[in-house]
Amino acid sequence: MKAGAKNGRKAGWRKAYEAAQKRDDGIETSTISGIPVEPLYTEEDLAGISEELPGEYPYKRGIHASGYRGRLWTMRQFSGFATAAETNRRYHYLLRNGQTGLSVAFDMPTLMGQDSDAPTSRGEVGHCGVAIDSLADMETLFEGIPLGQISTSMTINSPAAILLAMYLAVAEKQGVPFADVSGTLQNDILKEYIAQKEYIFPPEPSMRLVVDSIEYCAREVPRWNSVSISGYHIREAGSTAVQELAFTLADGFAYVDACIERGLDVDSFTPRLSFFFDAHIDFFEEIAKFRAARRIWARHLRERYGARDPRSLMLRFHAQTAGVSLTAQQPEVNVARTALEALAAVLGGTNSLHTNAMDEVLALPTDRSARIALRTQQVIAFETGVANTVDPLGGSYFVESLTRTMEEQAEAYFKRIDELGGVIPAIERGFFQKEIADSAFQYQKELEQKRRIVVGVNDFQVDDEEDLEILRIDRSQEEGQVKRIADVRRTRDERRWRDSLTKLEKAARGRDNLMPYILDSVRAYATEGEIMDTLKSVFGVYVEEAVI
Amino acid sequence: MALRIVMAKLGLDGHDRGVKIVARALRDAGFEVIYTGLRQTPEMVVDAALQEDAQVIGLSIHSGAHMTLIPRVMDVLKEKQAEDLMVFAGGIVPDEDIEKLKKLGVAEVFTPGTPLQEIVDYLRAKFPGETAAV
Repeated sequence: MKAGAKNGRKAGWRKAYEAAQKRDDGIETSTISGIPVEPLYTEEDLAGISEELPGEYPYKRGIHASGYRGRLWTMRQFSGFATAAETNRRYHYLLRNGQTGLSVAFDMPTLMGQDSDAPTSRGEVGHCGVAIDSLADMETLFEGIPLGQISTSMTINSPAAILLAMYLAVAEKQGVPFADVSGTLQNDILKEYIAQKEYIFPPEPSMRLVVDSIEYCAREVPRWNSVSISGYHIREAGSTAVQELAFTLADGFAYVDACIERGLDVDSFTPRLSFFFDAHIDFFEEIAKFRAARRIWARHLRERYGARDPRSLMLRFHAQTAGVSLTAQQPEVNVARTALEALAAVLGGTNSLHTNAMDEVLALPTDRSARIALRTQQVIAFETGVANTVDPLGGSYFVESLTRTMEEQAEAYFKRIDELGGVIPAIERGFFQKEIADSAFQYQKELEQKRRIVVGVNDFQVDDEEDLEILRIDRSQEEGQVKRIADVRRTRDERRWRDSLTKLEKAARGRDNLMPYILDSVRAYATEGEIMDTLKSVFGVYVEEAVI
Repeated sequence: MALRIVMAKLGLDGHDRGVKIVARALRDAGFEVIYTGLRQTPEMVVDAALQEDAQVIGLSIHSGAHMTLIPRVMDVLKEKQAEDLMVFAGGIVPDEDIEKLKKLGVAEVFTPGTPLQEIVDYLRAKFPGETAAV
């Protein structure tokens, strides 16, 4: 069709659209992040967007030529609660039910690098995840699970190097060579300062630990993904999709910069950096975000950092449906929300996926709710047919246009971050924290004004809510864990333990890679808290200025 | 005089989206809000409230440790003879725990999805005349 005729038809449509009666409910038509959405997209919106193919640079349409025809995404349900023994039972249960990888959730004391018997751990042990204090707990956690055959993801940040060392020590005991161990360590400290706030040391020594583990893995544990650069927490803290995209990739570039500064070759470690995004409820915006992320990473790695290995350019990511989108009201409806969010992640080409259980807004999931969450992924994979076509939304006028907009807006953020001197100076000035808090407040206001609807919360409420059965963590678990740590302290080789920590402290004061020292301390059954305290005595602790 | 409210994140978790939104809304409503930041122990929170001469303490907790930490706040208030301070809480707290906390003297627990205006109205009703004009 000639351009003139096309324009004529579009003008005709515009007229008909303007004349038509439209819904007058005051509900926003922009994306959840505030990107304006047109009522119609046409071929015109594809101007300047060249055709791309999956498996080809810059990988907007996916990193594999075969998409999900080659291999489905990994169904990886994050789970962990109470004690190592209890969680080990849940892992065996999930593996029996068709889950294909493990993902460990740690409790708050473990995440904060303190032992279960520390005074401030009271009431927190085993609540948000599993309590791990020493190698003894880690041995129990993976009992009967062959670490050479299963891959494990561990969501831990400040003490990440210690938990990695414990995992490797378990592999060692199973007789599995480090070269056969595979998995992912979250190990993304920058987003802790930005959003999740589980920092311990100041940014500089924290970055050293991250680079130490990247360097160590590149050399000794080649199948291990050393950092999972995470937007999830940034989003859950209230950011927009664009902020999630931009801040996460900026963090990724900051890690690349730090490793290059250490003297590492860019292609020696970037293939093992992976990403972790939120799959939120605004369907198309999320799909566009995932596609834009792949393009941005590939372009920057090639053009800015000179990476040559195609694997360095390929952004691989895990997605989790949005916990923040779930409601305590009419919680069964969360199954529907999660299914739609999971579908967006799949249509965006996720490599791995966690679907939230409907009760996660109330407590940790029960066996039943955890199973429904996994079944949701299986329905998408095996019933809906969406996995049969690679990047099925490629070429969609709307999705392509939105992908481009997200990319442009992310680039604008990169500029601002550069102007602030980079990610760490921007953290120290509270830039990210303020951007996120502003977005969170803005969204809450839109909810209060009913410009956005959350079913069951600000519309479609019911008076009589039925109670959902929830998982409760027995307080006696805490006492049991405290007793176990006392046993470890009593039975370990005192001299070997003390030597290992002395050497670690000395190394921390110098410039050696700390991973071998941490591994030795772990083998000597030093507890997580003891190792962290040793490092704190050298590195100090970080305190954030409290701003609202 | 404006009502003075100390807002605090109790316990180890760093989920501060909720507490920050509520703190901003209360400030915008004309209250004087002092936000203590993350990882406060019960003792730290009570000390901050006494030092700031606050009438209200707002506690946020998402880690599941509420039944350990909030009762401890109430105990510390008793020990310091500051039981006249009003305590409200917000976060992921199951219904049956809300009942228990109220028996211990917690004035109200706001769960996820509570409109901000409801919290503002609640405080205005509890402290008529002490709120600055908006």
